[in-house]
Amino acid sequence: MNLLTSTSCDFSEPQNEHIELHRKRHGYRLDHHERKRKKEGREAHERSHKARKMIGLKAKLYHKQRHAEKIQMKKTIKMHEQRKTKQKNDEKTPQGAVPAYLLDREGQSRAKVLSNMIKQKRKEKAGKWEVPLPKVRAQGETEVLKVIRTGKRQKKAWKRMITLQFFHCFVPLGFSFHFLYCFSLYNGLRFKKAHVTHPELKATFCLPILGVKKNPSSPLYTSLGVITKGTVLEVNVSELGLVTQGGKVIWGKYAQVTNNPENDGCINAVLLV
Amino acid sequence: MSGDVERLLIQFRDEAGQTLGSPFDVPLDITPEKLQLVCNALLQKDEPVPLAFFINEAEVLSSLGACVQTLGLDTEQVLPVVYQPQAVFRVRAVARCTSSLQGHAEAVISVAFSPTGKYLASGSGDTTVRFWDLTTETPHHTARGHTHWVLSIAWSPDSRKLASGCKNSQDCSVRIWDTVLGRCDKILTGHTQSVTCVKWGGDGLLYTSSQDRTIKVWRAKDVGGVQCRTLQGHAHWVNTLALSTDYVLRTGAFEPATATVNPQDLTGSLEELKEKALQRYTKVRGQEPERLVSGSDDFTLFLWKPAEDKKPVARLTGHQALVNEVLFSPDTRLLASASFDKSIKIWDGRTGKYITSLRGHVGSVYQVSWSADSRLLVSGSSDSTLKVWDVKTGKLSADLPGHADEVFAVDWSPDGQRVASGGKDKCLRIWRR
Repeated sequence: MNLLTSTSCDFSEPQNEHIELHRKRHGYRLDHHERKRKKEGREAHERSHKARKMIGLKAKLYHKQRHAEKIQMKKTIKMHEQRKTKQKNDEKTPQGAVPAYLLDREGQSRAKVLSNMIKQKRKEKAGKWEVPLPKVRAQGETEVLKVIRTGKRQKKAWKRMITLQFFHCFVPLGFSFHFLYCFSLYNGLRFKKAHVTHPELKATFCLPILGVKKNPSSPLYTSLGVITKGTVLEVNVSELGLVTQGGKVIWGKYAQVTNNPENDGCINAVLLV
Repeated sequence: MSGDVERLLIQFRDEAGQTLGSPFDVPLDITPEKLQLVCNALLQKDEPVPLAFFINEAEVLSSLGACVQTLGLDTEQVLPVVYQPQAVFRVRAVARCTSSLQGHAEAVISVAFSPTGKYLASGSGDTTVRFWDLTTETPHHTARGHTHWVLSIAWSPDSRKLASGCKNSQDCSVRIWDTVLGRCDKILTGHTQSVTCVKWGGDGLLYTSSQDRTIKVWRAKDVGGVQCRTLQGHAHWVNTLALSTDYVLRTGAFEPATATVNPQDLTGSLEELKEKALQRYTKVRGQEPERLVSGSDDFTLFLWKPAEDKKPVARLTGHQALVNEVLFSPDTRLLASASFDKSIKIWDGRTGKYITSLRGHVGSVYQVSWSADSRLLVSGSSDSTLKVWDVKTGKLSADLPGHADEVFAVDWSPDGQRVASGGKDKCLRIWRR
């Protein structure tokens, strides 16, 4: 009776039960377990053979999948290894105890100090300047200068107008404006103050500009006083209260512009200490 | 027979300007010793006090005549001579290392003698504070409890308690703790960056300096702690503060002149000790208000009178690198500043005028400590040596090598017998005569 009911066509049963059923009734083949073991042993070789021989899109997908599996395997192995080795106590206080006055200061190792001294001497000989932004994209002439047509028939095109931020210093003695270049009508382009950040104090001050020292794009721009990214300015630092060794108050220091004034409408600079 | 020596009218005056006796005349070749005898007779004290004499800020060294000649003064008029009582006792310079105490597992960061000089405590990077027995120069006790490097330690003036601070939080507030109840009384906020130095003044004022370039003066007794003043002027972090009455506040009722070879505990009830301490304080302070000196990373120092004015009295320039520590001498007449430019500068404690530079170290000078009679100064530096300087001549008195690595902390015991120094090589060295 049992047999009849179990073999009747019951569509609610899963389709693969027949394998299990057969095994229960007749048992396994005599070499079944041996063959199974050997087949599993060969699996690694077969997979790698497949991975080598596959081509095309199918291969790409398969490789991706295999890579992910490998990473996972490596992680689990590492975790097991960590469990075996002794753990370093993470709660221990860090080494390199320093007194309070040395806390926020970077100590230099002695070897570094010597090599730095030598490098400094070499740089001084070469006459190179050390600035925070050493390389700056040079501004092309067409960006900075706009052609202005003059003449009765607007045909003469020798005049140029400056269209960038510039520092307009009220004409010091002996200075004469260049005959070719006129300054833009827009007064919003003239700047007298810059927001200067002190790199160590991490504080920003709004300091008046004394002049443009060097514009990396071209010496022409330096003489005109055009301010772009990377320009070195001289700013009035008397409000900071710095003093020389002799007791004299320092009132001018160099700062380098770090933003694009033509895009932002303000000048941000970092003080060169 | 030598001819008649020129005579001169002088008038003795003390530091505050008060005259002593009436003008009388003395020969030009009188020496400072004879002047001392005369002055002591006028002062009518029980014991003769050693004195130093100054004419217009210049000291009388060999004879009165030499001083007058160098200054080019008129001998017709009455000459005011200022006398300064020096310390009665004399501290001898330390010369040898008597022991090297090991025990700390990390660099020794702070060292402090108790006010009588009987006990020694040291804080280190291995989060412990160790107490050392000075008679046998062996470890006494180890105090555990901190979780990070012990940056600073301070004794209470009655030698009963020690306060220590560790690195764990660098917030911008100042906490006042009740030592009896063991809890935080008040929290003072106001600084915008971490606080670098805190000093209690004798008049009930508390001074704090911070990396935000300001020094704030607080009245700690008022409810909640009221900020009294803000002293501005520095251009970079303010590293260190020093009060003119620092030494006398530290030693409390202990008088270094009465020290014995074996340091003793202070005897007497709390009231008696307080009374003695107050007497010593008023004597050292005199009539003027306390003076405060601040040293900063902008290579300068400012001299302030915080109880009176917001503006500094003087700005002391001359250092070529940041100023790490400033200390008034115990008699408040001199000021020493140690800097990373390998020199120590001595300034006048009252006006801030520059006196001399002590050069000799080959690495940044980290800390200095005065001897109890204000004549000697010991300095520890990153070049692993300590140097003892004679302040009067401005010369090196003794060079003390021995540490294997940088010297982080030095302290001279108030009884003048020992100097203790701790450094990066994890050992604490004691130096004696």
